[in-house]
Amino acid sequence: MAEKIIELKKVSKIFDGTAVVDNIDLYIRKGEFVTLLGPSGCGKTTTLRMIAGFEKPDGGEILLNGKDITQIPPYLRPINTVFQRYALFPHLNVYDNIAYGLKLKKVKNVYVDKNGKQVVKYEKLSKKTIDEKVSKALKMVDLEEFEKRDVTTLSGGQQQRIAIARAIVNEPQILLLDEPLGALDLKMRQDMQIELKEMHKKLGITFIYVTHDQEEALTMSDTIVVMNDGVIQQIGTPKDIYNEPKNSFVADFIGESNIMSGTIVDNRKVRFIGHVFDMVDDFELHEKVDVVVRPEDIFIVNKDKGQVNGRIISSVFRGVHYEMTFLVGKTEIIIQDTIERDVGEEVSIIIKPDDIHIMKKEYLVNSYDGFITKDNRVAFAEGEFDCDVTKLYPGSRLDEEGYLITADNQKLDLNETPVKVEVPLDKIEIIDNEVDGTVSGEIISIIYKGDHYQVIIRTPEEEEDFVVDTEYSWNENDKVSVKIDPKDITLKLKVK
Amino acid sequence: MGVALRFSRKHLGIPYALFLAVFVLFPLVLIVIYAFTDANGVPTFNNFTDFFSRSSNLYVLLISFVLAVLTTAICLLIAYPVAYILARSGAKKRSVYLLLFILPMWINFVLRTAAMKELLFALDGLGVYNVTDWYFVNTVIGMVYDYLPFTILPIYTVLIKIDKNVIEASNDLGANSAQTFLRTTLPLSMPGIVSAITMVLLPTTTSYVISDTLGNSKVTIIGKLIENQFNIGTADSWHTGSAISLILLFFIFGTMLLSGKFTENTNTRGGGLW
Repeated sequence: MAEKIIELKKVSKIFDGTAVVDNIDLYIRKGEFVTLLGPSGCGKTTTLRMIAGFEKPDGGEILLNGKDITQIPPYLRPINTVFQRYALFPHLNVYDNIAYGLKLKKVKNVYVDKNGKQVVKYEKLSKKTIDEKVSKALKMVDLEEFEKRDVTTLSGGQQQRIAIARAIVNEPQILLLDEPLGALDLKMRQDMQIELKEMHKKLGITFIYVTHDQEEALTMSDTIVVMNDGVIQQIGTPKDIYNEPKNSFVADFIGESNIMSGTIVDNRKVRFIGHVFDMVDDFELHEKVDVVVRPEDIFIVNKDKGQVNGRIISSVFRGVHYEMTFLVGKTEIIIQDTIERDVGEEVSIIIKPDDIHIMKKEYLVNSYDGFITKDNRVAFAEGEFDCDVTKLYPGSRLDEEGYLITADNQKLDLNETPVKVEVPLDKIEIIDNEVDGTVSGEIISIIYKGDHYQVIIRTPEEEEDFVVDTEYSWNENDKVSVKIDPKDITLKLKVK
Repeated sequence: MGVALRFSRKHLGIPYALFLAVFVLFPLVLIVIYAFTDANGVPTFNNFTDFFSRSSNLYVLLISFVLAVLTTAICLLIAYPVAYILARSGAKKRSVYLLLFILPMWINFVLRTAAMKELLFALDGLGVYNVTDWYFVNTVIGMVYDYLPFTILPIYTVLIKIDKNVIEASNDLGANSAQTFLRTTLPLSMPGIVSAITMVLLPTTTSYVISDTLGNSKVTIIGKLIENQFNIGTADSWHTGSAISLILLFFIFGTMLLSGKFTENTNTRGGGLW
């Protein structure tokens, strides 16, 4: 294994009170092609900009070859960047754009003077050296003879190549690429993916690539770092990430997947969609888990010949395969197969033990820190909810003035009592507007789990999350409000 | 069966074309005719030869030129950093700062000049300044004061349009702040500087209100010279005045050509005020 070239230790970046990058640890080995992958706003670009030096971390440190570079400005780092929208110098032609870094560079030359002493001089590169390097870089990106062209007359693809040439001509130790192919059309993007991969092989330098395109990441990378909400979700090879997603976010973000609820019923046996399947992971008995199965890992066989019977309810031709929806009980499962089955046909499916991926359930119950208000309601997550405070003390009751009378006749004022609040995922009602519920918020995530959706609603101020299991589909960024039946709110006294 | 009335976008230009013909082209033709004739309407070059044969006129031309260049240079030296700071500051602060710099433009400039005169006299009273002897300096101060906003604005508009990524790219490629400024920010803001120069250079040669008020009538600029010719009212003074106007026009045209060439070289599209 090559040595670590760059290392991020507990790095955080805060913008306007929100941690865009939240305490991440990451190292990258020399010569690797690493992709930071995640949806927009996940912190991947900020991470890249901190490595480049454009942003200073609010916490943690960044090491380059073991040396702390956190406070070193970008122009002193042996790192170059390819920007998303090229950022070529509009006042310079192609040659001067590429030579920009070379003209600034000073190299250490050692001479021997007439007394036989060694003299060290820092000198600029000669015009000839610059010429050679520029034409070599242009050759690398297939744009020979473009030296005198005005950059504003070039096409998007050509500008991107110039931007790459401008960066690699400086022979950086690390090349950073910030969604460099985002502005190109599909065909051009696919060609450039292969070219970049080849360039990486030829140059042998470390590439750190930022993208939100999972296909791009899977195609090009040696290692993928999946990020969400400023936190690293999983680090691994493309195969690992695809085949063994660590959590339902990764499973949902990388490729298509079926996510279902299951229970571990025996050693290496999991029960879901009404059948006990063999599997290869070790989990604790009776644990509630999420089961992930890729659509292409499910085989359709004739009725009664497989593990679970069900019905095909839709089928779409996708070029290489058919994408069919298989219904068993209330659960819909997406299956990709090259042989089409008719809609309405009763079939059976087989899932091999290797293809069943088990993940710990991330959310089993919503829990919050709250307190009792003076009118015996409970305040948490930016709202005040009706609740039954007598549950806090068994056998207690409320008197006319609102004081709590305990079983042994003690009179208690519950105002401001801190409590632990728990609400089951399926006991929260989502309302399609911001006013009719108790607390309003925005839907920040929605994941389909076979027979229901798991929706996360985040409150605007304190950013508390309500995780809700619902049978209805909602849209991300919808503004909604939530309502909870008092009997579904469990209160526990906080032990002081 | 009549000819269909077609109204195209071209026709929207008619009012301006008419205005141009009546108030710009026609007077220009008149000036040219006046400049090349004498009081009896006979064609002559005497108006020009007379102008250049009098040393006092050449002195005025020189003073105007020195004053204009000096004012423009000082304006640029003050305006560039101001525009730079403005363009770099946060969006909220920026509008307030910008207003502060533009606010003087809303006040009549004769009034502003008079106010400046009072201010200079006040300084004189404190013994730190000498209004009566430093009349040329007075004029430069007045000119700079009046034309500063016109210098800040075009530079600011260009600076604010510079892509931040380009500046970051420069840093990324090994340029420190000073190198980035010289190699990227300054060349990219050249169109703004050229606009600012054209905005200041011409008016300073003709704003004789400022030179009269602050120069204690000891600083005569070419604008004053032209005004005098038209005020004297002798038989051929209008002809002489027209000739001087044409000479001024010639000089301005020359500087415009020069600056135009400069903008072309910097190769930036869509910058500047024009």
